[in-house]
Amino acid sequence: MADLKPTNIADTTRKNIHSDLDPWNALRVHTDARIGLGRVGDGLPTERLLEFQMAHARARDSVHMDFDASIVRKKLTDYDGKIVDVHSAAPDRATYLQRPDLGRLLDDPSRDILRSYKGDYDVVFILADGLSARATHDQAADTALNILGHLGDDWTVAPIILAEQSRVGLGDEIGAALGAKLTVMLIGERPGLSSADSLGAYLTWGPKPGRSNADRNCVSNIRPAGLDPKKAAKKIAYLMLEARKLGLSGVALKDNSSNPALIDT
Amino acid sequence: MQQSAPFHFERFTFPDLKTVMAKASPLRSGDVLAGLAAGSDEERVAARFALADVPLKQFLSDALIPYERDDVTRLIMDGHDPDAFDVVSSLTVGDFRNWLLSDAATPEALKSLAPGLTPEMVAAVSKLMRNQDLIAVAKKCHVVTGFRNTVGLPGHLSVRLQPNHPTDDPAGVAASILDGLMHGSGDAVIGINPATDSPEAMIELLNLIDEVRERLDIPTQSCVLAHVTTAIDVMARNAPVDLVFQSIAGTQKANDSFGITLAMLAEAEEAAKGLKRGTVGNNVMYFETGQGAALSADAHEGIDQQTVEARAYAVARAYSPLLVNTVVGFIGPEYLFDGKQITRAGLEDHFCGKLLGVPMGCDVCYTNHAKADQDDMDNLLTLLGVAGCNFVIGVPGADDIMLNYQSTSFHDAMYLRSTLGLEPAPEFAEWLRKMDIIDQNGRTRPQLDGQAAQNLLAWSGAA
Repeated sequence: MADLKPTNIADTTRKNIHSDLDPWNALRVHTDARIGLGRVGDGLPTERLLEFQMAHARARDSVHMDFDASIVRKKLTDYDGKIVDVHSAAPDRATYLQRPDLGRLLDDPSRDILRSYKGDYDVVFILADGLSARATHDQAADTALNILGHLGDDWTVAPIILAEQSRVGLGDEIGAALGAKLTVMLIGERPGLSSADSLGAYLTWGPKPGRSNADRNCVSNIRPAGLDPKKAAKKIAYLMLEARKLGLSGVALKDNSSNPALIDT
Repeated sequence: MQQSAPFHFERFTFPDLKTVMAKASPLRSGDVLAGLAAGSDEERVAARFALADVPLKQFLSDALIPYERDDVTRLIMDGHDPDAFDVVSSLTVGDFRNWLLSDAATPEALKSLAPGLTPEMVAAVSKLMRNQDLIAVAKKCHVVTGFRNTVGLPGHLSVRLQPNHPTDDPAGVAASILDGLMHGSGDAVIGINPATDSPEAMIELLNLIDEVRERLDIPTQSCVLAHVTTAIDVMARNAPVDLVFQSIAGTQKANDSFGITLAMLAEAEEAAKGLKRGTVGNNVMYFETGQGAALSADAHEGIDQQTVEARAYAVARAYSPLLVNTVVGFIGPEYLFDGKQITRAGLEDHFCGKLLGVPMGCDVCYTNHAKADQDDMDNLLTLLGVAGCNFVIGVPGADDIMLNYQSTSFHDAMYLRSTLGLEPAPEFAEWLRKMDIIDQNGRTRPQLDGQAAQNLLAWSGAA
């Protein structure tokens, strides 16, 4: 146990992590990085090892969790418009992860369904699983309803689309098929070790297949411990108004608050 | 230019050199995604038989991307050294594998051969090699570079200390630097990926690292991994730039997508060398690469991802880098699906780089949507340690909170050094001893009640 002397600042155990004896406490307030973990010989103390494994397990489970549209529908019960389910051309998770191109295309039945809803819409909201169904289950309906609350009566809103095995690019085909001027895609982001429930919002003006990330605006890290869904909704509604006013989205549309990096989902 | 005849093995026919190379590649998801992979295991091995019969000389006349329209091809062809190539010039790819494993291929012989090899030759032979071959040959290739310390000496392992923070908060970055130094990391470079790519942000972070380096007299180098054009900008403003960073790839089109030209790299190298900040050497460039980067930019030109990656090392080689880092699992499962594919790619990249005379290190890493975990990283890390990898990455607890992926930790580096008997760069090891961070037996056992440690802690708290 000589390695675990409390006087040795690199040898912090859980017992003294919150004690005044631990000089790392003063540094921990500045970063979420896993500093001052302590060591046993050259290795990690057992608790630190298991904490990491739990964080990774949660992130992995979020990636592989099945998307359950009924969870999202239930949260949308107050919404009086239509809600339509679609599926990408990626039949399962394993294919989805290896073939991002298929996640950007609709399967044939979905294409037929959307044809029957073709119209002249200002915007379509797409709630999609992306790389974290958990984020979509937890955050998407709330975010969408809050955005709708910020929009005036002059917005013609298409049926809300719930999309499974979806990449960001799937919104381009959906928006074009429906005849929407703007897509707002709320999609589960690639889970970080400490953020398995993070949602991203992608706005695309003039959606059509072949749009690139440079044509989109992104609001990232939407989750209770990151950017709260209510605050995110405000920001997204602002971007929607600007996009409509300017008739564009992407690098030419400035957020004026922050511009998080696009995440490839 | 000579057209290659179709290549045959039994009932299989491969129309050209890039097809036979792609189909000979060990299976990986990126080649499947690109539609380049072999259709069956049998076809894959048939392609290897066909590739084994290709004369090495053919790679000098049969360019995978035409000379006229790709500046990386021009760099490779124009830079080829026929005298160095002479010793293997009559061999086929299959013979070349035999030669590399033979006693004739001594460290000295491999070193003088490097300028005579092209990335395509090296990629081709790697496709015929098992993992143990990749390790055994790479171990014989010693590529030593220097700036304020010496990186890549046999029996040594350096670590890039990667103290990233999502908002570049100076106190947060400083806390991670302190943690890394106390674990014996930081001899390859203290290198920050900035959240914001701007000259102002870069200068602030450079000053932060430079201050601690000067105050504690740490024999290492710093780098802020902004775009090369940002580095050129801040050098003109007299910022303390040690190493210039850039992501590079193996085709002109992919480099275009990174917003770089070869001329920019040359300009940056010259500017950084002109600052004369190195003490034991003047290798001033730090490059990062990774299989799949060209395909993700739709710039792979129909070439398999491992061969395109090797071409990036020819780009690196032209600018005498201190460090070249293949960030092997960062790109995601659509390019490298699982631990097995990541492991193979890491060993290939290290082998190809070393054989070409490039100072290879590896970011042994994965994302949460790849089928991989810490056990896979332990395996690759250990294999690379055995293979003589120049450096690995050190992130607090293996969790990069800014880039959202898992790399290796300071603890992982301690494990590797201690298990394989590897030492930090000699100048840095001396400093660690002076600071009571490593003990008389070379183990990382920091004595934190001493004056040296208190100085470190005081700096970090003040930052």
